[in-house]
Amino acid sequence: MADQSPAANAPKPVSSVKLVLLGEAAVGKSSLVLRFVNNDFQENKEPTIGAAFLTQKAHLPTRTIKFEIWDTAGQERFASLAPMYYRNAQAALVVYDVTKPSSLVKARHWVAELQRQASPGIVVAVAGNKVDLVDDSAAPSATPAEGAEGEADEEEGGRKVSREEAEKFAEEEGCLFFETSAKTGSNVAEVFTAIANAIPEAALKGRGQPAAGAASTGGAAQAGQRDDSNRVQLGRGDGVQKANEGCAC
Amino acid sequence: MPEDEDQQQHVAAQRESSPQPPPLPRRPTTIEEEDGLRPPLTPSGSVRNFKGSPRPPLQSKATTAVSQVDVLGLSQDASPSNNQRSRSHSRQPSGRLQSRAGSDDDTASVRSVQTLAPGQSGDIESLLDDVVGAAATETDEGVEERDDAASLDTSPLQNIRDDLDESFSSEFEPVGSFEPDGSNGELLNRQWRAKLKHYLILSSAGKPIYSRHGDDQLISGTIGVVQTIISFYQGAQDTLRGFTAGDARFVILSKGHLHLLAISRLGESEAQLRAQLEALYMQILSTLTLPTMEKMFINRPSTDLRRPLQGTESLISSLADGFTRGSPATLLSALECLRIRKAHRQVIHSTLLKCRSPQLLYGLVVADGRLAAVVRPKKHSLHPGDLHLIFNMLFEADSVRAGGGENWIPLCLPGFNNTGYLYMYVSFIDPETGSPREDIEQPLDGRKRDNEIAVLLISANREAFDEMREMRDKVVDQLQANGSLAHIRRAIANGRSSCTSILNTNKADTKGADTPAPIAHFLYKSRANVQFVMPSAGPLFSSTVSWRRLISLYARLQGALHGKTTHLKVVHVVTGGASALAWTTPTFEVYVVAGPRAGKHVLAKAAMGVVQWARREEERLFVVGGAVF
Repeated sequence: MADQSPAANAPKPVSSVKLVLLGEAAVGKSSLVLRFVNNDFQENKEPTIGAAFLTQKAHLPTRTIKFEIWDTAGQERFASLAPMYYRNAQAALVVYDVTKPSSLVKARHWVAELQRQASPGIVVAVAGNKVDLVDDSAAPSATPAEGAEGEADEEEGGRKVSREEAEKFAEEEGCLFFETSAKTGSNVAEVFTAIANAIPEAALKGRGQPAAGAASTGGAAQAGQRDDSNRVQLGRGDGVQKANEGCAC
Repeated sequence: MPEDEDQQQHVAAQRESSPQPPPLPRRPTTIEEEDGLRPPLTPSGSVRNFKGSPRPPLQSKATTAVSQVDVLGLSQDASPSNNQRSRSHSRQPSGRLQSRAGSDDDTASVRSVQTLAPGQSGDIESLLDDVVGAAATETDEGVEERDDAASLDTSPLQNIRDDLDESFSSEFEPVGSFEPDGSNGELLNRQWRAKLKHYLILSSAGKPIYSRHGDDQLISGTIGVVQTIISFYQGAQDTLRGFTAGDARFVILSKGHLHLLAISRLGESEAQLRAQLEALYMQILSTLTLPTMEKMFINRPSTDLRRPLQGTESLISSLADGFTRGSPATLLSALECLRIRKAHRQVIHSTLLKCRSPQLLYGLVVADGRLAAVVRPKKHSLHPGDLHLIFNMLFEADSVRAGGGENWIPLCLPGFNNTGYLYMYVSFIDPETGSPREDIEQPLDGRKRDNEIAVLLISANREAFDEMREMRDKVVDQLQANGSLAHIRRAIANGRSSCTSILNTNKADTKGADTPAPIAHFLYKSRANVQFVMPSAGPLFSSTVSWRRLISLYARLQGALHGKTTHLKVVHVVTGGASALAWTTPTFEVYVVAGPRAGKHVLAKAAMGVVQWARREEERLFVVGGAVF
């Protein structure tokens, strides 16, 4: 979805969406962006300093979203700069590392901070990255089963954060949820496309105008995503979008 | 004073007319052989306490023996020295040489090779020997090879025995980590000790902050010992600055709550190592700012600084490895610029001025890791140390470039102001345009340098990203339109000039075939611009090891020119592998290196040639002043 196929972008309207990546250091924020923007992956990538700004288009059936991505550095000393990046952002991708429980704690903090400080209509997605380090994540289509066995984490390779726990948290906060691997590319385009779909039309026309809605619908959207493979949901852009208007985070 | 015919040296010193020449300092290269193994860096293997005890008495005195030849040759040609009544002094060779009973081993026989250049036996200083000897144990092969070296004068530095290779080639390989059962401890310790260069940073409370080699477990013992030694002297109100043990020089830089320690077996001088530590310290300040760091230590003296510094280890390491590989920029404390025509640079400068955002503090165009143009406020110039940090971040460490896209980086430039952050917009433009550059420079330091052009816009306002971005767009558009980008690209593609082409430009009739340059490499530093220029490394210095040797030779010369107590004007050195000349005036420093048989007059003539060239091309080679607003 992320690649720019010339056939797809002829007459569709293009809207810019400011997206910020947040999360603990070394969870793979830059790698997710690099995979999404350049379809590339680097082992042992050096830590980001400050923040990097990249753009990439996501093509939806009815429109094209041009993501303006702020890839922020995860180190503590840069935390005070984060408001600069999420202020006015229409979307945020909060990343944690499925092999590192502390990174989910940090992700919870970021989601809470976004809910307090960011524009009210911001679409927040939570991504558990590095599933390639976990044995059970070979194929994205296996995700439902995986979720069911979430409790048995300790035995599953390097997994330290159960899918269920993180998913429950995302659902409670009304966020999109994915488990990704920047290394294999699994779910990377999907998470960005889902964010693109979730951006309310209203927010695209007049920036910073949050669409009002009931928070309760957010949960339903999450349930829909979880049941199906993520690709299915792409065709249902409208539904997800509507649901997420109520996303309070 | 015992004499030793094995080791002979000559120094031509040119001074301003002082009635009584001050005594010359002892120089590392002439120091007696401690226990006959390797040339120690200071006379005793014991702790040297600079502050408390007076310097040990000089072991030699200046003599009035004069060798006029080269010095006069230089002063006739060089306008800056014309007004200096030059008196040159050479130290009586036999008068300053010492030997010990223990020196009649390998080393001594190695040194005897110096007499192989018969015409210059009195002029030889065993310089490269020390460089190499400091790095590796002496072997008999060394003697043979140096025999060869003396008979070949076309390949400077090349014939030196190869044991620097073995130890140096593994210098940058990581030391492994401990097995869970600790069974490989001895092996790791051996690996760790085999490194020629160490940098350790610890807090005054003894917490490790950084070590170039080895993990915590491996260095904890060392850190403890270092901490103990340093605090012992601090307790006596007598700060320890350095000492020498065997062939290793230890230099300690204590700054506030930080202790930085360099351990080198590459023969670098104390001042040079101290400058390297200063740069590492600046890197830490650049991340944290001074007040932030001090506050942390005041609040909690046992602060673990590694946490706030998280993610910058690679910046410190790439800086440190740059020093270990050999960095002329740090050695000369100067900056290298891209050579472009004066008019072309002026166009870039006026473009930068025209597009300047009111939020801009400094604007830089950097190509190929060299400065192409700068725009700055009238009141502030850029500190070379700050620029070095920036270049290290952008071109040596991969963190910024690898990410792609544009960057907005908060950083403190300690030379500018160590109390606050500036914000740097970084954009690499047009990475690839057609044919790849000839990679004659590529292996220079064993790493790939990108031929990218970077636009750096520094603002004091952290919200100024959009303004900076807008300015970048304007600048790039205009540079593209007025052809400047093409000029920069061409300059990158041309690379650095070769010695031959540089020296041949001085000839009036360029019609004839280029005569090969008598020198292999040079450094020229313009003091006024705090910038330097060097030729292409060429095949001679393309390997990491040969480059290191060259830099070590330069380091020796630089150390001699900038000795603590005396300032020589001209230093001439001949070793088995190379001959070299360094010359400093108030306006420039020049260092030339040639084969071992090149005579003084050849070196002097080449040095003059370099100076003439650099003067004539000054505004091409250097960014003079930059665009000022």
